[in-house]
Amino acid sequence: MKTTILQKPASFYDEFVLKGGSQLKSTHYCPGCGHGILHKLIAEAISDFNIQDRTVLISPVGCSVFAYYYFDVGNIQAAHGRAPAVATGYKRANPDSIMISYQGDGDLAAIGTNEILHAANRGEQMTVFFVNNAIYGMTGGQMAPTTLIGQKSTTTPRGRTLQNEGYPMKMAEIIAILEAPVYVERVMLTDAKNIARTRKAVRKALKIQIDKKGFSFVEVLSACPTGWKMTPVNSKKWMTDVLSKHFELGVKKDISEDREPVIVMHPEPHFKEYHELLDIKSLADKITDVKLPALKPILDEVKIAGFGGQGVLSMGYALANIAMGHNYQVSWLPSYGPEMRGGTANCSVKVSDQRIGSPIIDNPTVLVAMNKPSLIRFEEDVQPGGIILYDSGLIDTPPTRKDVTVIGIQATEEADKLGSRKIANMIMLGAYAKSSGYLLENYILQALPLIIKNKAFHEMNDKAFKLGMRLAK
Amino acid sequence: MSKVLIKGNEAVVRGALLAGCKNFFGYPITPASEIAETAAYYFPLLGGTFLQAESEIGAINMIYGAASFNTRCMTASSSPGFSLKQEGISYIAGAELPCVIIDIMRGGPGLGNIAPEQADYNQVVKGGGHGNYNLIALAPNSAQEMCDLTMLAFDLSDKYRNPAVVLADGIIGQMMEPVEFPKPVETIPDRPWAVRGTVDSHNLICSIELLPDKLEAHNEALQAKYAKIKEHEIRYEATYCDDAEHILIGYGIVSRILHTVVDVLRAEGIKAGLFRPITLFPFPTPQFEAFANDKNVKSFFVSELSAGQMVDDVRLAVNGKKPVNLHTRMGGNIPTVKELVDKFKATI
Repeated sequence: MKTTILQKPASFYDEFVLKGGSQLKSTHYCPGCGHGILHKLIAEAISDFNIQDRTVLISPVGCSVFAYYYFDVGNIQAAHGRAPAVATGYKRANPDSIMISYQGDGDLAAIGTNEILHAANRGEQMTVFFVNNAIYGMTGGQMAPTTLIGQKSTTTPRGRTLQNEGYPMKMAEIIAILEAPVYVERVMLTDAKNIARTRKAVRKALKIQIDKKGFSFVEVLSACPTGWKMTPVNSKKWMTDVLSKHFELGVKKDISEDREPVIVMHPEPHFKEYHELLDIKSLADKITDVKLPALKPILDEVKIAGFGGQGVLSMGYALANIAMGHNYQVSWLPSYGPEMRGGTANCSVKVSDQRIGSPIIDNPTVLVAMNKPSLIRFEEDVQPGGIILYDSGLIDTPPTRKDVTVIGIQATEEADKLGSRKIANMIMLGAYAKSSGYLLENYILQALPLIIKNKAFHEMNDKAFKLGMRLAK
Repeated sequence: MSKVLIKGNEAVVRGALLAGCKNFFGYPITPASEIAETAAYYFPLLGGTFLQAESEIGAINMIYGAASFNTRCMTASSSPGFSLKQEGISYIAGAELPCVIIDIMRGGPGLGNIAPEQADYNQVVKGGGHGNYNLIALAPNSAQEMCDLTMLAFDLSDKYRNPAVVLADGIIGQMMEPVEFPKPVETIPDRPWAVRGTVDSHNLICSIELLPDKLEAHNEALQAKYAKIKEHEIRYEATYCDDAEHILIGYGIVSRILHTVVDVLRAEGIKAGLFRPITLFPFPTPQFEAFANDKNVKSFFVSELSAGQMVDDVRLAVNGKKPVNLHTRMGGNIPTVKELVDKFKATI
């Protein structure tokens, strides 16, 4: 004869020390509550599958906030509704773990709807046990998102109405219409037959995760005699007669047979490779054969402005890079946000032999104006004795300042002749290099292809830069 | 080692990966989005994971989960997103989990705008969420420090089991400067308290404690930890402060502008110095107390891109002994050098 020994699952603590008090063998749950039964079914499955050490259980907010009193596994207690996000974070960090997100109806179907839907939709490798008792138990019997129409609670004292609170949420059905979840079933903790079905569902859901097949969701209708103000016996009858009529039992989705295990492999490069993988490479490492001149005492404040698409940001980037290559201190600051939209863009480049204080330019020493609005906007700001480089082909009203050096260059027109309007900025860079006089031409020509990586432009940029040098004479 | 010209926001991600960070969870928001974008590219290359969460709340709770394991993790956002994260941050602080949060501040309140502000000081430096807690708050003022202070944030966060925030403004995030990147950190501190998925780590991560006496004891332990952080981790930069009669104070981009302002004032013969808190929590209170007691120091001048939030901490430290003047800009406006020079001169 087969002997069945009824005993505590090994995945429960021997004594519930964290619970405290004098009753260290019993749970804190009320008589007739379903949590204790579900806890036991889960704990038995954990032990039987031999996954106790790698199991991490997320305790939610609600009556099962203290699930960690009982499960001798890794335990994380989460904020209200956030368990699926917490489980996602942990699982991504430790893919070998078995994640259980244990949640009640307020937690999962009200405050945490966003988290559960997205975890399910991503197909996170986790198992969700959703305890639906149609009421807020822990906080004292308020309405749950799953409270039935007409059902009284402390916040629906005359019963839930369609007009005021809307329909109860059918979470299993909602989860089941998503593509990623592998297995979704609703079960009920009433009699031996339904508890046996729940046991089977719990095991199946965990097995799917053990097999790395993805997301599984078991909704468990569970009694709350205290919240319902019923006896445990009447509670079970109400579940059978009423609750399960609205929340229909059964498998809502099961693609576990067809789903292949999802195994994500992460490369683990050696630390020595980090800098290369992170693209941490500098010009100075690449250009070693140019003898750089001694630093000059300068503070060049260059404002480069024009239409979006004229390459003003990349001209500034190239200039800052080249000056840095000459061992100057540099900063590059774009105009960003709404300023960028509507067609104008500008950037501020500072170059100095000294530490740069503010990277913001109030009064440029050099203004590179690629279009008329830019010239109008910044001409007056240029420091006396400064330089204005402007596209004299596009701007029909030359600068009027007499206390600055004005250099007009038909950059766009000349760029068109060289083959692309996009290299007008390199003509201007050549003009800047010539007029400022502290950067080496042969260094720049070596540096440009390293800075502006698009090979289609390498030859044209070279020509454009040299042309700019000539035109600025 | 040679330097690379790089944006502050991108330096953060490289610094994080060099500090051994393995998990990034984030949600896009201007002007912090480059951090998530750069992370999305580089984290998987270095054996890490990147996930764009469904929300800022999702992201910070993913951090709560990942930080419970023994790998380093981070998230990044900007002001409205940081507000959303506050719930999760309170839980992380309560459960004493190490993680790094980057906040690239923008204009508020509400949707505000995407221009730079420093109006998150109170919500970052003073805790921000519910409960008695503090975050370690570091304020970079260069692309180099975006890398360095991110790496330091990971170390301090692990050392004290406390979330650490790198608090920068939009300009520090968007600006490119030369950055010298250090070698990668090869071993991170062991986390015996973590849930590691092993037989010896059936640990509990939580912030709940029903019994008032126990919760009070937990709070007292947290306060003792913060006191220790205050004792050991203050960082600041003092420029021309030794003989200064007037101390100008700012952090982030404002400190860069004030640097130029102090140069201008010194050239005019005014003995001005620049004091820049690098740690906002712990705030350099003892240093301000010393200035307040220094006969040579006549006044303090604070500038912030807010209605004046950090100035409260300066005033608490100075304790009425010397005048503390304030000039602020808001809404994304930034004071010019001339404006600050004029405003400062009007106070002396």
